Amino acid sequence: MATKKRRAPVRVLIAKPGLDGHDRGAKIVARALRDAGMEVIYAGLRQTPEEIVRAALEEDVDLIGLSILSGAHMALFPKVLRLLKKEKAPAIPVFAGGIIPDEDARRLRRLGVRAIFGPGTSLAEIVRAAEQLARRSA
Amino acid sequence: MSRPRGPAEAIVGGDRRALARAITAVESGDPSADPLLRAIFPRTGRIPIVGLTGPLGVGKSSLVNLLVGQLRSAGKTVGVVAVDPSSPFSGGSVLGDRIRLERRADDDGVFFRSMASRGAVGGLAASTRDVARLLEAAGFDLVLVETVGSGQVDVTIREVATTRIVVLVPHLGDEVQTLKAGLFEIADVFCINKSDLPGSETAERHLAELASLGPGPDGWRARIVRTSAVQPFGLPELWKAVEAHEQFLAASPDHPAELRRRLSEEIVGRVRELVASEIAERLESDPDLRKLLDRVVARQLDPRSAADRLVPRGRA
Repeated sequence: MATKKRRAPVRVLIAKPGLDGHDRGAKIVARALRDAGMEVIYAGLRQTPEEIVRAALEEDVDLIGLSILSGAHMALFPKVLRLLKKEKAPAIPVFAGGIIPDEDARRLRRLGVRAIFGPGTSLAEIVRAAEQLARRSA
Repeated sequence: MSRPRGPAEAIVGGDRRALARAITAVESGDPSADPLLRAIFPRTGRIPIVGLTGPLGVGKSSLVNLLVGQLRSAGKTVGVVAVDPSSPFSGGSVLGDRIRLERRADDDGVFFRSMASRGAVGGLAASTRDVARLLEAAGFDLVLVETVGSGQVDVTIREVATTRIVVLVPHLGDEVQTLKAGLFEIADVFCINKSDLPGSETAERHLAELASLGPGPDGWRARIVRTSAVQPFGLPELWKAVEAHEQFLAASPDHPAELRRRLSEEIVGRVRELVASEIAERLESDPDLRKLLDRVVARQLDPRSAADRLVPRGRA
């Protein structure tokens, strides 16, 4: 079968930058993306931006999802985007979820975070957005 | 291509992005990976490929993390491939072995890659062996391969690793389990992890009785090491056991024949893959072959005879 051309599964990194321990959302999203046929590299809690970018490059992911509930998103997300640029990988789309006030979300989108999901977002919506982002980056 | 060097040169030259992309191509069965694998093959087969296998939840990822730390302290560079299962339903996967990894984000002496099994049975993905070769070509001193949580018959790691660590925990069963075929037969080193818990001495005794029955067919007597990833203890002893086995292989007069057997198996496996995929495709697209299938469906021809017509046996 290895010689047959077929579409490889989307690879997505799910990570939690910052110091809060609320990983339930990240895990549920990981599970939903798995059920949508994606390969989810689950990096878990308390990842530094450096670790996240390192993992994204080693794992050659199509997509990065960040979850944060500590309030440090304005410091950590731009740092991830900066490091991706520095590593010449600015094309890997980054999406995010967590407790992020609207005006911060607007600024983060301007900086390059491609989608931001707050509490109450349906899993179907997140999966759809992830699929679209992965397709566009492929 | 206007790039100054090809992917093989880039990988050998230490380009980690090129390595990561090449792994993706290899695991996706992308034909562009074939010339790359051809180019690097002569550079491979020289370093220890250490497999960690065992049932789910015994602590393989935690042990990999501790071994990586220990090996880095000793100045060794380490490539890691960790395999987790793909869903038979969605084809998706959650690859969670990376969460145990603790290392400096700027340490180029470690490269960690998660792989989904993508439908392969036996504990590894179909391309894990080639991914280990890419890591060797990239210059790592050794490669650790972590299998999916294995059952009794998930022993593909035997074909890929030079040294196999079978990781167990206390209370997995009585001594009769150690007599059964499969997983227990492929161990070069038994690691009883979570040995901070009660029952590890009993587990060690059962395995020691197994080992006392004599060496395996290759002449090696499996070593037994008790470890704990939480305390932690036993890790230096675990690595000493691996090194002892690698030294045994280097001195073993039978080892070249074993390597020859494995490569022969690999060729046969590849032929099987190529023939099967070509025929599967032709059964769909070639009108003559579709008619053949129609006759089997109508019970006018049996599947074995149809197969004989597809793959002539070369008999007179």
